[in-house]
Amino acid sequence: MPDRAQPILDVQGLKTVFQTRGGEVHAVNNVSFDLAPGELLGVVGESGSGKSVTMMSLLGLLPSPPADVRDGTVMFQGRDLLKLDLRELRRVRGGEVGFVFQDPMTSLNPVFNVGMQIMEPLRKHMGMSKKAAAARAQELLELVGIPDAKQRLLDYPHQFSGGMRQRVMIAIALACDPKVLIADEPTTALDVTIQAQILELMKDLRDKLGMAVIWITHDLGVIAGIADRVIVMYGGQVVEHAPVRELFANPAHPYTRALLKTIPKIHGAREKRLTIIEGQPPILNAHPTACPFLDRCDVAMPVCARKNPQRFEVNAHHDAACFHADPLEVAHAG
Amino acid sequence: MLDNSAKPLVSVRDLKMHFPIHAGFLRRRVGEVRAVDGVTFDVIEGETLGLVGESGCGKSTCGRAVLRLYDITSGQIMIDGRDIGSVKQRNLRTMRPIMQMVFQDPQASLNSRMTVEAIIREPLDEHTTLSDAEKREKVGELMDAVGLNRRFAKRYPHAFSGGQRQRIGIARALALNPKFIVCDEPIAALDVSIQAQVVNLLEDLQEQFGLTYLFISHDLSMVRHIATRVAVMYLGKIVELAPREALYAAPLHPYTQALLSAVPDPDPEMAAAKQRIVLQGDVPSPANPPDGCNFCTRCPQVMDICRRIDPEYREVQPGRWAACHLHNDMSPAEVADEINAAQTAG
Repeated sequence: MPDRAQPILDVQGLKTVFQTRGGEVHAVNNVSFDLAPGELLGVVGESGSGKSVTMMSLLGLLPSPPADVRDGTVMFQGRDLLKLDLRELRRVRGGEVGFVFQDPMTSLNPVFNVGMQIMEPLRKHMGMSKKAAAARAQELLELVGIPDAKQRLLDYPHQFSGGMRQRVMIAIALACDPKVLIADEPTTALDVTIQAQILELMKDLRDKLGMAVIWITHDLGVIAGIADRVIVMYGGQVVEHAPVRELFANPAHPYTRALLKTIPKIHGAREKRLTIIEGQPPILNAHPTACPFLDRCDVAMPVCARKNPQRFEVNAHHDAACFHADPLEVAHAG
Repeated sequence: MLDNSAKPLVSVRDLKMHFPIHAGFLRRRVGEVRAVDGVTFDVIEGETLGLVGESGCGKSTCGRAVLRLYDITSGQIMIDGRDIGSVKQRNLRTMRPIMQMVFQDPQASLNSRMTVEAIIREPLDEHTTLSDAEKREKVGELMDAVGLNRRFAKRYPHAFSGGQRQRIGIARALALNPKFIVCDEPIAALDVSIQAQVVNLLEDLQEQFGLTYLFISHDLSMVRHIATRVAVMYLGKIVELAPREALYAAPLHPYTQALLSAVPDPDPEMAAAKQRIVLQGDVPSPANPPDGCNFCTRCPQVMDICRRIDPEYREVQPGRWAACHLHNDMSPAEVADEINAAQTAG
């Protein structure tokens, strides 16, 4: 287990609100988590749960307006990223923190060859000469397993397949030896056999380069195979946080439990009927005054409608935002 | 051909769907994309046949071709005793009510300027002579059947969530009491917690109306849940077809084995213990498939013969079909003969 006493990234009380014509949307609400050096943190949630917006908020990647990062601190190497000006932020983005996005086609520039795109951060952040950058770009392509790297540097994104394009994206993100790599659904657009290749590659690179990784996904199967620790997001909040084995063995939040039950298994006994989570995810148009999972929860209590639960400790490494995990409520109900 | 007691509702024989490639100043035909290249299968009445494969393998094209949304290149298609394959498009119209489709993207497949009622009612307007009141009642019944509130009949698609939109698409497909529905990735665009709702609905409707499904999906776990039998496609061909349990427990074709081993397991203990077969490289282009077996460029168990002779798709065990030389009972002498024959021919 990586050392969590000295986190490389420490996010506390992050709150992001979007101003829309229909009023405010509270997309990220009081999100806190930390990341240890060399650790792989999985972030799971459905669309609209706030997982991508959280990560974009960290690096000021959301256009403002409509986005407004209203509260919180993001401590990275002794600095609060939310307080940095644009020039300082640019040095962090793509430098000490790398980003891999979901769709490799739209995040690569179609009119430049991939060599140029890998060399850009090297020249900007590391001040390398053209020659040195070209040599390093070739190394990087080899590192992510693209055969015939020297030739492929001259190719344009459309000449690569989806899996290869995602490898190029990873090469760009790794260019400046980031301490933290944020990967936002990097395998969602890929087929399962290609996804398996990328997952193996990421595990390999993490071991080789020792960076910390935040891996955002909606796929619990991917999380189970790759993460050390997991946070589960729902309705803009962290509802559960635990080491990966603990989360799958003893999920404490009703949402996590339901989510684990709804996905059909590829091995073992086949369920006659899928368990479903009734209803829809919440609309985040106001500051939540109740538990966001209230309407869909099968074990809701009166208190869940009155207050939004904070994260209660299940054990030293595991917490859940559910009144069923609150010792006071349990004592009271018992 | 599969089980003599069970009657196939749909039977497809050697279906080919090739799309021409035109290039150059004169737009001459320079080749073709063999999206579906000789596919044979039956769908038994009342069953769900799962059709799985990765993007570009031709599974969606296959589903659309079976309903003659394309003019097929060659092959036979029989649905409910009628020859669908060779009928002219304009004569197909009267046959449409028995075969319907649910599309992948509920956003794109619903007209945003029509109310839910108008969308579900359109097939009734086209194909039936019901009175206005009868149609309205039928639309109401369909909305009940798919779990949509009748009060929302006058709303437009944008007012509904993804899962609800997919329910509208399903209601429209059911309007003419079809026997056979092609579901083309009906849950791919939906969130995990909503996917289960739609799958359960499809299962309920199948029971209630005696429907037969061709369920096209890339989600192998979900297909294991919903399908009776499963066909696996790779580069325009079915490489394996088997009853669900047999396929998942003991896949015969190396591609099926690799595909199943690549599915991430939502269980950290299993994931850690699992020996994954990671395929190297990418799928070849269907415009330029390799010689011999289509999978020979990536197959971990490739043999000499695979690069020369395309394996025959045959019943290797009762009810189990595969196209692979590993499951060929030819003697080594016969194999040598075949190789020689191919060499002289080539």
